[in-house]
Amino acid sequence: MAMAIVLIVLALGSVAFYFFSPWNLTPLASNWGAIDGTIDITFWVTGAVFVAINLFMAVAILRYRYKQHKRAHYQPENKKLEAWLTALTTIGIAALLAPGLFVWGAFVTVPEDAHEVEVIGQQWHWSYRFPGEDGEFGAVRMGLVGNGNFFGVDPEDSRGQDDVLVQSPRVLLPIDRPVKVTLRSRDVLHNFKVPQFRAKMDAIPGQASYFWFTPTKLGEFEAVCAELCGVAHFAMRGRVDVVEQAAFDDWLAEQPTFGDLAAREPGDTEAGAELYVRCVACHGPQGGGQQATNAPRLAGLDAGYLTRQLHNFRDGVRGTHDGDRFGQQMRAFAMSLQGEGDIRDIAAYIETLPIEPARSTITGDAQRGERLYRTCANCHGAQGQGMPAFNAPRLAGMNDWYLVRQLHHFRDGIRGRHPQDIYGSQMVDMAQILVDDSALRDVVAYISSLSEAPTVTGGDQGSEEG
Amino acid sequence: MGEREYDAGSYVPPAEVEEMELVHPKTFIGKYIWSQDAKVIAIQYGITATAIGLVALVLSILMRLQLGFPNSVSLIDPSSYLQYVTMHGMIMVVYLLTALFLGGFGNYLIPLMCGARDMAFPYLNMISYWVYLASVLILVAGFFIPGGSTGAGWTLYPPQAINPGTPGVDGGIILMLVSLAVFIIGFTMGGLNYVVTVLQARTRGMTLMRLPLTVWGIFMATVMALLAFPALLVAALMMLLDRLLGTSFFMPEMLSMGETAQREGGSPLLFQHLFWFFGHPEVYIVALPAFGIVSDLIATHARKNIFGYRMMVWAIIIIGALSFVVWAHHMYVSGMNPYFGFLFATTTLIIAVPTAIKVYNWILTLWRGNIHMTVPMLFAIGFLFTFVNGGLSGLFLGNVTVDVPLSDTYFVVGHFHMVMAVAPILVIFGAIYHWYPKITGRMLNDTLGMIHFWVTFLGTYAIYYPMHFIGLEGVPRRYFAYGETTFISDSVQALNAAITIAAIIVALAQLLFLFNLAWSYFRGRESGPNPWHATTLEWQTPHTPPRHGNFGEELPVVYRWPYDYSVPGAKHDFIPQNVPPEEVER
Amino acid sequence: MTITLILLALIMVTFVGWLFSQSINVKPWVAETGKTQLPSPVPHFFTAPRVGLMVFLAVVTSVFALSISAYMMRMEMSGDWRSVPEPGLLWLNTASLVLASVVLQIAWRAATHGNRQRLQRFLIMGGVLTIVFVLGQFVVWQQLSAGGYYMATNPANAFFYMLTALHALHLLGGLAAWGRTVARLRGGAGLARVRASVELCTLYWHFLLVVWIAVFGLILAT
Repeated sequence: MAMAIVLIVLALGSVAFYFFSPWNLTPLASNWGAIDGTIDITFWVTGAVFVAINLFMAVAILRYRYKQHKRAHYQPENKKLEAWLTALTTIGIAALLAPGLFVWGAFVTVPEDAHEVEVIGQQWHWSYRFPGEDGEFGAVRMGLVGNGNFFGVDPEDSRGQDDVLVQSPRVLLPIDRPVKVTLRSRDVLHNFKVPQFRAKMDAIPGQASYFWFTPTKLGEFEAVCAELCGVAHFAMRGRVDVVEQAAFDDWLAEQPTFGDLAAREPGDTEAGAELYVRCVACHGPQGGGQQATNAPRLAGLDAGYLTRQLHNFRDGVRGTHDGDRFGQQMRAFAMSLQGEGDIRDIAAYIETLPIEPARSTITGDAQRGERLYRTCANCHGAQGQGMPAFNAPRLAGMNDWYLVRQLHHFRDGIRGRHPQDIYGSQMVDMAQILVDDSALRDVVAYISSLSEAPTVTGGDQGSEEG
Repeated sequence: MGEREYDAGSYVPPAEVEEMELVHPKTFIGKYIWSQDAKVIAIQYGITATAIGLVALVLSILMRLQLGFPNSVSLIDPSSYLQYVTMHGMIMVVYLLTALFLGGFGNYLIPLMCGARDMAFPYLNMISYWVYLASVLILVAGFFIPGGSTGAGWTLYPPQAINPGTPGVDGGIILMLVSLAVFIIGFTMGGLNYVVTVLQARTRGMTLMRLPLTVWGIFMATVMALLAFPALLVAALMMLLDRLLGTSFFMPEMLSMGETAQREGGSPLLFQHLFWFFGHPEVYIVALPAFGIVSDLIATHARKNIFGYRMMVWAIIIIGALSFVVWAHHMYVSGMNPYFGFLFATTTLIIAVPTAIKVYNWILTLWRGNIHMTVPMLFAIGFLFTFVNGGLSGLFLGNVTVDVPLSDTYFVVGHFHMVMAVAPILVIFGAIYHWYPKITGRMLNDTLGMIHFWVTFLGTYAIYYPMHFIGLEGVPRRYFAYGETTFISDSVQALNAAITIAAIIVALAQLLFLFNLAWSYFRGRESGPNPWHATTLEWQTPHTPPRHGNFGEELPVVYRWPYDYSVPGAKHDFIPQNVPPEEVER
Repeated sequence: MTITLILLALIMVTFVGWLFSQSINVKPWVAETGKTQLPSPVPHFFTAPRVGLMVFLAVVTSVFALSISAYMMRMEMSGDWRSVPEPGLLWLNTASLVLASVVLQIAWRAATHGNRQRLQRFLIMGGVLTIVFVLGQFVVWQQLSAGGYYMATNPANAFFYMLTALHALHLLGGLAAWGRTVARLRGGAGLARVRASVELCTLYWHFLLVVWIAVFGLILAT
């Protein structure tokens, strides 16, 4: 009795849940309305079958519940009934399968007029490549990555010279133009997913995969990784901004090509030394940092990180939050730099400064901190040496009071919440594991004990950061 | 091991196939530890599988705590979260469900239901358990080594699984692969026994078409496991070579910790093909025994023959055979040649037909029955409801186009937990309530059983049904935390908290079940030999619990199929399989 | 995967066909009277050890078919494949394995005819030839690694070592069973009891010979 009622309530309740739950497909922003259509068909067919079977079961339980002097009916089989049920099921299944296969046919056939973009996944970062004017991608090999060749484009391949490289996780796409997305990975499996576009595919190291879609709505869309790719999988985010064709063209023209990057001069340390004069007052002559002026140590940081942060300060990505008073000060100085060249020069100069470990000022339980640091080590390195490949700066030997302040800022969303600060937002997610102030102090106390770490320089980083 | 003696009474004149000599040890260790008695081995499998399953249950609660109440437990960081995900999945699928259904129920029920004295090769059977235990211990060792167990996800996809930076890459992944290889070796020993026993050791009159569906389900699952596990074995060996000797079976030219790794040309997709060539049949390796057992539960407690027995048998066989040609439906968005999608979507949806037929036959068995709402029957109906739900959501994921937006979201998590976690577990519970009286001679407590059923059934539905909908919204799986996203609504966090609370309640209800098992063993009501008035041979043994050798002096002779319930004209509403027509009371 | 699927399909078809013959035209719900002598449901040829061996061979077939499928897929999937040279010793090894199979067949015949001496002589000879094969394979490995064909340098090498090692491991397992049989025979066990073991060994050897020919052929052809 109870069972029958529960079955009826659950069956009808489940259907009602579909209609009234606050969770449903995100609003569609691509041409794949047909995919939504197949989902709808499947919902209707399966919903009807679900209700029918459970109501039948409930009625059976009610009508044929145990009675002492009753006998069950004896019927080993009924071929006719079984044949009918088989036939009906087959028809139902065919009705689900046929539209699915039809839409899949469209999914695997890229339209002739589609333009192309390549999405490159790496732990835990997205970047993009456009084929440039010749409309063809140059060959890539992971063995060629390094020395500023972030994408591993083959310098011998003439098709690759005009490839437009976008090293930031943010990409623009023009509205209403079909785009073929080619996927590659630099390390492990990833999956480029924008829920509103519906289409997605894994990126596999060593080969290329693809899907296509047409963006149909202007706006900013968040891309996530949908294939487990390691510890920071959950924090691997990208952004797709769908814009008008003209805006897209302007943006694309601003992005450097492979040829541009290869021809770019390295930062001039002598010019950098002159520019650095204005930093001395706060950061100290050797970039050692001064707690009195609340200016952190700079020596030991890689040029890629310095460039990115200077850009962030200058562009208002960092140092604009009311809670970040010292960041606001820094923003004023960063805005005094005269552009791209200055930033590269100054970063190159700072990289040459000698590292001396900073004095520790924080007390905490370094042993507990060691366990917490396990998570940090995935990007910042086991010795806190920093790993430019993961866009993670050096931590060892840095001022511990500065680390504490920044971790507070990340955890409380004062730093890293700006939509263009993608790595900052990863730190926001990561800092959440520091549940209280003592955990925060513990992990910094452990980092202080790592000050003997080896130095790392620029690596394969270019300087186009988002 | 001590001296083994051949008991004079153990040699019984041949009834059917050649009588076997059974080893009847006298010592406690010989009887209960180094035992060759399939029933004791079954209990050993059961206890080991349950113990490791409880570990996996605790892991799932830890994961739920992080998801429901992020960062409230400082023990859980992103690395350990992934380790929990991996170990929970692998333990539940392989070390609990496979081992419990085949090693546990298979060992207990196959000889009894076929009318055999024991398995065909009892010594091999015993070794099989000890090898299984070794594989479990190797797996558990992963928790205690530096770096911990592997956090590659239960699918162990390369390159990530053996790439520096992944949790447990130093030792955990090696232990995992070795443990799987050892498990497969142990399983092969057991599996040979189950298959040969069903084929060779049936008693006189027990034709194939008179086997209870439980035996059919376990038999077919074993055949599939024997053919499918080698794929996992080969994949595990190749990955071990990649990890230890630096070969490039699965490892392409790639970066590792920002440096170029010394690999070239390997194919991560090759691993996925091998893994799912095992992985998909594995789903049915778990499902088919559940199908079989639930058929017998329904028939017995509805006092009615199973509807369309022949159809049921052939559905099991067709599902088993087809399940070898659907594997790539796990790989629709893996980047394999997308044209495979057409083929695999078709085969996948075809497999829905025999599965649907089984569902129809179960509910048609209820129709015009005389249904006892016993605890096993409750679990059987709970299974039907859950399985229908999970099977239907499979029609979303099996259909290639529909799968694209839903793959790698919580829709998938909801689906597979419904269909291959909750549904088979409900059957396992039902089966334990059903056969416990035969195993111990005492009934399990009914009230505790009812509470256990309702909390588990409703609780698991509350956990997994809403997951489908947040998956529809696009919430990705295997995320440690969701942070700030633009597409996930805030209410998802509230739902996650609710799901976590439901999960904790369900987990606590399992403690009640364990208590019931222990308490009833000493205090339960005496059951007598056949408390459910069932027809199959295990209820007709001269002793309860059955002794070593199962059937006393003479093996039973079978005259009829196992579903003679409510036969018109008979005095009782059941006729055991070993009752000849002329002895049926009218 | 095609090869695996074909082999598995063959296994399945045999199995399903046999089930079909057992179940077609059977009305399971009809009870039999106790008066008639019920026929044995299992043909006499199929003893438990024989069936056990067949099932085990199906499992081994699956292992090797999947390895070979993986071999071919890996070969197609990328351009870094450089074939392994085949040392001439492989042909000698093959010959000794063929001989081992023939000799064991003779031993089996001797066992069925009750010729104990002949059985013992040929059984031991078969085992020795197999040991020669395994040692020969070991020498081949030595030769290859001396020539710079290490496992990690190329997938072709890796597969060569893996497949030959897998095959040799199966033979070593067989040798364990063989050793037990020889020991029992020399310990004076009755012919009837040993015969079953000799038969199983022989069938297993024939099977592994076929596997070796398939593996060797594959290596020669690619």
